[in-house]
Amino acid sequence: MYSPPAGGELTDLDYKDLGLKVGLEIHQRLNSHKLFCECPSIMREDEPDSWIKRKLGISYSELGAVDPAAKFESLRRRMFLYGVYYDNTCEVEADESPPYPLNEDALEIALTIALMLKMKPIDEIHVMRKIVVDGSNTTGFQRTALVAIGGKESCIETNWGFVRMATLCLEEESAYIVESRPEIAKYRLDRLGIPLVELATKPDIWHPDQAKEAALKLGRMLRATGRVQRGLGTIRQDINVSIRDGARQEIKGVQDLDLIPEIVRREVQRQITLIKIKDSLISRGIKEEYLRTPIVDVTNALADSKSHLVRKALARGDKVYGMRVVGFSGILGSEIQLGRRFGTELSDYAKVFGGVKGILHGDELPNYGIDEDHVRRVRSELSCEEGDSFILVMGKRKPVELAFGSIRERLKYALKRVPNETRRALLDGNTSFMRPIPGSARMYPETDVLPVKTVPILRRIKYLPPAPEQIVEKLVERYNLTEDLAWELFDEDKVALFERISKYNVPTRFLASMLISVIRSLKRDEEPIEKLKEDNFIEIAKLLGEGRLAKEAVPEVLRAIAKGEYTSAEYYVKDHQISMEKLDSIIKEILIRKSEIIRERGERSFGMIMGEVMKEVRGKIDGAIVSRRVKRKLEEFLQAS
Amino acid sequence: MTLHYRGRVGKLLSSLRIGDYDRIRVLKDGRVYEGILIPRPEILDDEHLIIKLDNGYNIGINIEGAKMKLISKANLSRERKIPKLRYRDDLPFVPLIVTGGTITSKVDYSTGAVISHEKPEELLDIVPELANIINTKYVTLFSEFSENLTPNHWKLIAKAVYEQLRKGADGVLIAHGTDTMHYTAAALAFMLHSLDKPVVLVGSQRSIDRPSTDAVLNLIAAARVAAESPIAESVIAMHGSPSDEYAYVIRGVRARKMHTSRRDAFQSINEPPIARVTYDSIRFLTENFRRKREGPSNVELDDRLDPNVALVQIWPGIPNGFLSTLAERFKGLVLAGTGLGHTPRYLIPEVAEIVKSGIPVVITSQCLFGRVNLNVYETGRRLLMAGAISGEDMLPEVALVKLMYVLGHTDNLEEIRKMIKENMTGEVGAHLGLNVFPSCWR
Repeated sequence: MYSPPAGGELTDLDYKDLGLKVGLEIHQRLNSHKLFCECPSIMREDEPDSWIKRKLGISYSELGAVDPAAKFESLRRRMFLYGVYYDNTCEVEADESPPYPLNEDALEIALTIALMLKMKPIDEIHVMRKIVVDGSNTTGFQRTALVAIGGKESCIETNWGFVRMATLCLEEESAYIVESRPEIAKYRLDRLGIPLVELATKPDIWHPDQAKEAALKLGRMLRATGRVQRGLGTIRQDINVSIRDGARQEIKGVQDLDLIPEIVRREVQRQITLIKIKDSLISRGIKEEYLRTPIVDVTNALADSKSHLVRKALARGDKVYGMRVVGFSGILGSEIQLGRRFGTELSDYAKVFGGVKGILHGDELPNYGIDEDHVRRVRSELSCEEGDSFILVMGKRKPVELAFGSIRERLKYALKRVPNETRRALLDGNTSFMRPIPGSARMYPETDVLPVKTVPILRRIKYLPPAPEQIVEKLVERYNLTEDLAWELFDEDKVALFERISKYNVPTRFLASMLISVIRSLKRDEEPIEKLKEDNFIEIAKLLGEGRLAKEAVPEVLRAIAKGEYTSAEYYVKDHQISMEKLDSIIKEILIRKSEIIRERGERSFGMIMGEVMKEVRGKIDGAIVSRRVKRKLEEFLQAS
Repeated sequence: MTLHYRGRVGKLLSSLRIGDYDRIRVLKDGRVYEGILIPRPEILDDEHLIIKLDNGYNIGINIEGAKMKLISKANLSRERKIPKLRYRDDLPFVPLIVTGGTITSKVDYSTGAVISHEKPEELLDIVPELANIINTKYVTLFSEFSENLTPNHWKLIAKAVYEQLRKGADGVLIAHGTDTMHYTAAALAFMLHSLDKPVVLVGSQRSIDRPSTDAVLNLIAAARVAAESPIAESVIAMHGSPSDEYAYVIRGVRARKMHTSRRDAFQSINEPPIARVTYDSIRFLTENFRRKREGPSNVELDDRLDPNVALVQIWPGIPNGFLSTLAERFKGLVLAGTGLGHTPRYLIPEVAEIVKSGIPVVITSQCLFGRVNLNVYETGRRLLMAGAISGEDMLPEVALVKLMYVLGHTDNLEEIRKMIKENMTGEVGAHLGLNVFPSCWR
């Protein structure tokens, strides 16, 4: 009986032994208008003004060897809907007009990044069409250009060693997917065409944590230009992972850096397990020809089942089809990633190629309301013998056949090797199958765009932005910040603002934490912090410097402005400031109220009095002023008594 | 060995015996680039060479300081799997006359070159649906962008259509560049008499080498019209909207390319399209079309044309003497006048002189939509008195083609006048209902 490997932690040594190789592809949106038209690079939340319907003309001979015929069939039938916005998408995104010349501002940013990484710019850039048939580009191809190539000296240093750069491309962002079903996919065109750099490293990364560190460093490098988009979705990583005897997997769309090590670890686990499964199948003597078992209609065997799944399917008019899987007993249910079984992999294939809802297999039954008796009936219908398992798929005949076809292909791979796949990153660090890894990209020249020489654009780049490490070092030295706080300012894109407000004679650490932790806590409270403009912070710093605003009041001022209660800190101060006379009268009242304790403790009662006063005036007047005043009044009070 | 490089790079490459698509290695600034040498378009400079790297990208390398080495010669003989052509007895025979454009081309991803194909099998590879609509073959006449076509090309096409129909074709498809497709469609309408089968021009605004090509729907729609519709006219079948949903069938003498790049660039002017065709249906929008006749075709060919006709757009400030200069060189003038069909008042004596010298002047409107009316304003009346001929509701381009046709038959001014005003093939006298003027935003 096959047993899944214990999910113990792997050590550094293990990763070296396993021959782990990881490469990153970082996609970063640039802060410029669209790459091939003048439309602004902004994302929309509202409904598009109208929708256009398209199909993609894909020829069989073009599709290549990697995609099964089923894929071709479904692609030709598939309808794509594209949402257009009349005001900020145009004929270019809708593929109703040829592209304009390449956006040279975007190229300048891409070249700046290349130079920062000591990569070698290409003399003359040629825009290519990379065939993409999932509908994410209205053209059916993505426009992309190789801008620079890495060399020995173009690398970054991590705690686990150097990581070299391979290539830097400038390309157009794809359309935003709204909905995807096998027969139809809906996209919005607002995102299509936003300029994007794709920075690819060589597979020098050999440790899961190194992958995260490299991604972090490269992301910071990109942001150091000050010319990339910020915020959710503006940067994403594709991770290529393989181990010796495994196979390269392209894991798409990782947005959270902290997830990277986990994704790599789980992928290593998955490949180790798949290799073990292969060995186990070989030792069982399973052969490819055993996988030719027929697809059988087993609806009758399950007709009186109480299973909700089955009953719902039958009510829809679907049928239940089964296939005997010779010698796979125990394997379909074996865990290959935390919470994912080999059966889950098969289920992914069935969903992608057949558009069915999923599969049921022998290793997980009885379950889902299908009892032992029904399992026995199904096994007998399928002529299962000892050691065999089976797979059930519900649906209409045609999609079910497509689903079983792809399952059969996947089962064949199980006997041979780990298949190369493009996989989608899931939120828990696992991945699911998206499509086979494309063979070499089908690319041909974008004849509508003239090549661009880089020399004139390189001449425009007068100086390179300082590296992130330099910026942070300067902050630490000049403003006496901790390194962590300085990095936070950098990561939150607040360095320039911080430097502007630091001239107002306010402790710099306080200013830095105002920009970081105060904002963060307002964000946690779901205040609309986007209402806070740079001018608000400048004004606050000025008021603090002049002693007209108390530090303690800063969170409340910012909250009030964010909420829209005040448009400026000046007005807030006017409404909330208390006069010295008022302060004196508050102090006097408290001294009288607490006179007994004061007489008892003498000067030691300062802390208590101060606390009481601050309860009343917090945020309305600088604590230092209050403290001086309380001290004096307390002395006067003690002398008088 | 061919080599598409000129000047400095060309000399260098030939001296190294390197040709197009050879695999080469380039050393520059301490880096090595290896890939396939890609032909360089002539409009680019002679200082760079283009190679396609193994990752698929093309890059241009300035040869200053570069060292090149031949790695291996080109290997281009790559057979692609294409489906076999099946003939079905139950389907009509509709040949495809190829005149150019990109519908009969494909891209070779190993080089990026767009190459034209010779066999319909290759077209069926891209549009397999056609095999269920028609039996077809290629009749290749020439391969020209349609901006290069002349009235002589129209004659070649008309003759090919005539021959195919007389040989028993059930209809004809014509693959054509889109720039001047409507001129050709109009010319065929005048030259093919007693037309009794569909003649359908089709093209694409997005070339067929792109997955997003509009050619698939256009071809399916055109084939359906040629195979299944009762229309016996020269028509254009192209997209009806930016979506791949339906195509419009537009009468050749009413069609005009109204947008530089949109899929639905072709619009029917002054009358609704004849039909709306989806992937699997035809819906007629009008009953106003010539009907097909079953059995052998009795189509006649009359390709007498005199190409010496000029089409002039009137503009504010058009100088005196401009039209007279043209009249020395041409045998007929078509004016695209302003508004109802006007020219500046000061040109009228010149028009009178030209007509007097025996050269017909046909007035159309640059408004395109609507009818010329020379009776409303004084300028119009004076133009009529000067002997100008009203082009009625004809498009300027259609009037141009028609005047060529008419001048191919007579130089008698009175006969010319009569023939121009006579409706020969649906080009004159449309019913201007309120449903024939489009605006996208209504």
